[in-house]
Amino acid sequence: MKSNDYVLAVEGLTVSFDGFRAVNDLSFYVEEEEIRVIIGPNGAGKTTVLDLICGKTRATNGSIKFRNNELTKMSEHKIVHAGVGRKFQNPSIYEDLTVLENLEISYPKGRTIMGALTFKRDNTILDKIHEISDITFLTENLNDKAGLLSHGQKQWLEIGMLLIQDPDLLMLDEPVAGMSVSERKQTAKLINSITKGRSVLVIEHDMQFVEDIAHRVTVMHQGKVLSEGTMDRVKQDPKVVEVYLGH
Amino acid sequence: MKKALLNYMPRNELFMYFGLLALLAVFLPTVLDIFRLNLVGKYLTYAFVAVGLVLCWGYGGILSLGQGIFFGLGGYCMAMFLKLEASAPENTSIQSTPGIPDFMDWNQITELPWFWEPFNSLPLTLIGIILVPTVFAYFIGVAMFKRRVGGVYFAIITQAIAAILTILIIGQQGFTGGVNGITDLRTLLGWDIRTDSAKYILYFVNLVFLFLVLLIAQFVRKGKIGRLLVAMRDKEERVRFSGYDVANLKIFVFCLASAFSAIGGAMFTLQVGFMSPTFVGIVPSIEMVIFCAVGGRLSLLGAVYGTLLVCWAKTSFSESFPELWLFAMGALFIGVVLAFPNGIAGLYQKMEFRKWYQQWVTDIRKLRPMITAAQLEEKYKSKNKAEKVNTLVDSPNIDLNSSELSKVST
Repeated sequence: MKSNDYVLAVEGLTVSFDGFRAVNDLSFYVEEEEIRVIIGPNGAGKTTVLDLICGKTRATNGSIKFRNNELTKMSEHKIVHAGVGRKFQNPSIYEDLTVLENLEISYPKGRTIMGALTFKRDNTILDKIHEISDITFLTENLNDKAGLLSHGQKQWLEIGMLLIQDPDLLMLDEPVAGMSVSERKQTAKLINSITKGRSVLVIEHDMQFVEDIAHRVTVMHQGKVLSEGTMDRVKQDPKVVEVYLGH
Repeated sequence: MKKALLNYMPRNELFMYFGLLALLAVFLPTVLDIFRLNLVGKYLTYAFVAVGLVLCWGYGGILSLGQGIFFGLGGYCMAMFLKLEASAPENTSIQSTPGIPDFMDWNQITELPWFWEPFNSLPLTLIGIILVPTVFAYFIGVAMFKRRVGGVYFAIITQAIAAILTILIIGQQGFTGGVNGITDLRTLLGWDIRTDSAKYILYFVNLVFLFLVLLIAQFVRKGKIGRLLVAMRDKEERVRFSGYDVANLKIFVFCLASAFSAIGGAMFTLQVGFMSPTFVGIVPSIEMVIFCAVGGRLSLLGAVYGTLLVCWAKTSFSESFPELWLFAMGALFIGVVLAFPNGIAGLYQKMEFRKWYQQWVTDIRKLRPMITAAQLEEKYKSKNKAEKVNTLVDSPNIDLNSSELSKVST
């Protein structure tokens, strides 16, 4: 397979903060409609990888190719326009706005000043908002202030805000943190149902959840790939057992 | 069409607008003499700045401590036009160089500087009043926001620019009139602005502009930009990673606020009859923020009431205890922050009669049939049912996936 068949091709990626290499010569590839989970101990550089892909942090070296577009030089909003969506570790939603308004802002229309001034909430947008709120279990809460949602619902809302952008690559940083067991199950189901036409890159610590969703798993340790493959294979890798899955 | 308008101006807010209009356009002109009314007119020119700050600071979270810059630039543009008209050669024949403003003559300047030339023409002046401050704000905005300078740093830098501009105006006495400012303004296209009747007319012209600015601000606040500003204030990163260029949004609202301030400044010059660096610097800029805070930084009308109240207090206080005003103002600011962070508007919203009003509105609404939220949901559900079934069939469910996975691994 040539490198341009991948949705995301990360090659030789390095970032150093004052000499400390948080990510060190990292390479991995994500395929179409794949759910890839990155796991690893604290400080392995997982979140930094997402920061690098979405442009929040700039790479010192290496390349990130998304459908053959080089992302390392693009500005953050251009990366979003190219089709990369990113959920933050703590649910990052607009607490003073309603759920509907949260979703509306994320809808990819009226992103310039003029566009926003002439923006109208038409039926196409409302239908899309209802569709997304249905699959993220938030239909009942559309007119609630987002700040009043439970922690799990906030996580869902942020996932919904990404889905409404319809990204080709969806990056989720700890999407089930703070969720109950049943909410985790629902989220796993949700993530499995959204891979049509898009790839998903997830960081997660909850192994049950990882087993539920992962097509392939990348284990990171000290800024490098320690192991990669299906969950079963990774689980049996002695290196992984030693540094992460443990004793 | 009517529904769209109601989105931008809900009935209860329209009520409040009419209330303010009645107060300013009917009540005050009937009870106040022209001296006091002219003072109210002067206060209202600060309200332009406060309304801009509601959008910029209250909604967008961008605290500017330099709105005096734009108020002053607008005011100076107006003053330069009026001064040139007042310095016609026949009025200034005793000067060594007739036809230039008196302070230039005192400073041994013999020729009108190039940047004064456009202010010979009223249309150019009117354009300049909006354009000069807005372009200046645009450059400040690009320099700051594109480099992600924000919060306290931005506030300090705007304050520094206000100080720099004051020093520049005072230092360049020959070009700007120095610390005295531009004084002795008489006529606008031959119309004497110092008479009582002119003051009445200018008061109402000022009101027209104020309500125009309020309506523009209301449109921005209620539209998508307003919601984006709130979103940006809460979670700037999320807005950025939802595909927006946050810097452009900030530049837009900062420029809008400065354009509002500039209109206020120009109306100030017309009503008060002079412009000086004391309205440009740090102290007036901070006062303007206090007006906005006292009124309630999330309420456009609150900003107007706050401005009126604080200015009125300032005038009556300084008439009896001139030296105590600054302390009173400091106490007011602390009081607002500690006791009622949402200002007068916040207090109003807590008050009982608001509840009575809402009770009244719901009683009225009960009288006519309305679609409830639940019915609306029903409508959408039935509409989307067909599509929903499709997506459910298409989506692979979780068991299927794990069995596939185990096949791969064995």
